[in-house]
Amino acid sequence: MLSVKNVHTYYGKSHILHGVSIEVARGEVVGLLGRNGVGKSTTLKTIMGLVRPAEGEIRFEDTSITGAPPHQLARIGIAWVPEDRRIFKLLTVLENLRTGLDRRGVTEQRREELLEKVYRSFPVLRERRNQAGGTLSGGEQQMLAIARAMMLEPKIILLDEPTEGLMPRMVGQIREIIDVLHREGVAILLVEQNVPLTLGASSRVYIMEKGMVRHHAPASELRDNDAVIHQYLGV
Amino acid sequence: MADPRVAGTTAPAADGRGAAPILQTEGLTVRFGGLTALNGVSLGVRRGEIRAIIGPNGAGKSTFFNCLTGVIRPTGGRILLDGEDITGLPPYRISQNGIARSYQITNILPGATVLENVRIAAQSRRHAWSLFRHHRAFADVIDRSRAVLQDLALLDKEAELAANLSHGEQRNLEIAIALATEPKLLCLDEPTAGMSVPETHATVELVRRIAHNLTILIVEHDMEVVMGLAGTITVLHYGEILAEGPPAEIQANARVQEVYLKT
Repeated sequence: MLSVKNVHTYYGKSHILHGVSIEVARGEVVGLLGRNGVGKSTTLKTIMGLVRPAEGEIRFEDTSITGAPPHQLARIGIAWVPEDRRIFKLLTVLENLRTGLDRRGVTEQRREELLEKVYRSFPVLRERRNQAGGTLSGGEQQMLAIARAMMLEPKIILLDEPTEGLMPRMVGQIREIIDVLHREGVAILLVEQNVPLTLGASSRVYIMEKGMVRHHAPASELRDNDAVIHQYLGV
Repeated sequence: MADPRVAGTTAPAADGRGAAPILQTEGLTVRFGGLTALNGVSLGVRRGEIRAIIGPNGAGKSTFFNCLTGVIRPTGGRILLDGEDITGLPPYRISQNGIARSYQITNILPGATVLENVRIAAQSRRHAWSLFRHHRAFADVIDRSRAVLQDLALLDKEAELAANLSHGEQRNLEIAIALATEPKLLCLDEPTAGMSVPETHATVELVRRIAHNLTILIVEHDMEVVMGLAGTITVLHYGEILAEGPPAEIQANARVQEVYLKT
């Protein structure tokens, strides 16, 4: 469904991505692992049209979307949850969710259905719907950011380090959220540095280093291959 | 875990250079509101060593650098440079005392030539107050600047505007600017960030070359760079020292691997 082919991306003069190729099938959870600064977030930003690749192609459902603007990508079903979450701290949980609902072609009834669906998946958000976003815990804010992305009824979510900055015991909660999205048939490209979470939640995993994909394997294979994980993510 | 200060003061350098710590921190602590970014960090860096500070995101590496260079005033603890207390001094005083740094994000004067970028830094050490003389009068400053550019393989670009350099060259120019202040201690914050593999290799070589007669502290995520350069590695985790030792020992440390892989 999503295919990134030989993408080269620059920030000014700095050559960040050196021919990255990644594929995500419909409904699939794919992991993207690597240390800080290897190009994981830049890969997501390139897919999302926030930076235009100098070379290479990005296709979504057999259409080229290389360099297409983010709002257009959101309309065709690609959602992005950035690392810093970017929830509106002064708006309530419900208002945050509604920012993803106020779009043309969505009836009031459909909006209620979408809200209800998210509330069913994440009951905490229903409890806290009238509470300001900024008063939620880190894990709840991450949940809200993902739930808000779900309001767009995406076919794929690009999830950038959802466990970053969360306490270790919150990681299980993120795993549950990923599993909920997966059950609903949403594909996920999961950028992470948390190895157990990524190997547990994904079907396939790409490992990046220095702007390149260095390894690509089914998650099950990597679970039994400490050497590769240590080489690219350990010390 | 052994008190790192002991390692800093008593362990003689393997290559026979001086054993006295050039930099020593004692119980360095930084709190931002309720968040403790550094919690009682005590470490000693020997003269002439290359020391890497590593750790996962949020470990406190940048906060540590910011304390050393006066960008952040620590909440508690002391920083001693060559035995002199520099805790809480403003950045320019710390620079005069002999600590220089490069930044994670390139920090140069793009509209000035390569030589001018370095000369301004060199002049902060000599003739800083001779405002009314033509800069060409300061032959010693120019000589010093050219010597630094030579070390960083940038001499043939001295007349080029800094903006026209490649990314890798700009990163190296930043190291040249730091070196031109004739520091005792050079702090490099992710010197190979955003570099290609060949550029990274070239920078590792270059850091090795300038390490002569200099003490270097380096924060870096690229383990090949860390293992290739550092004599000793200090691992920070949640603002505290988790481990300290030679590269092989750190690589064999199960706790360090756990922290990195989050197992």
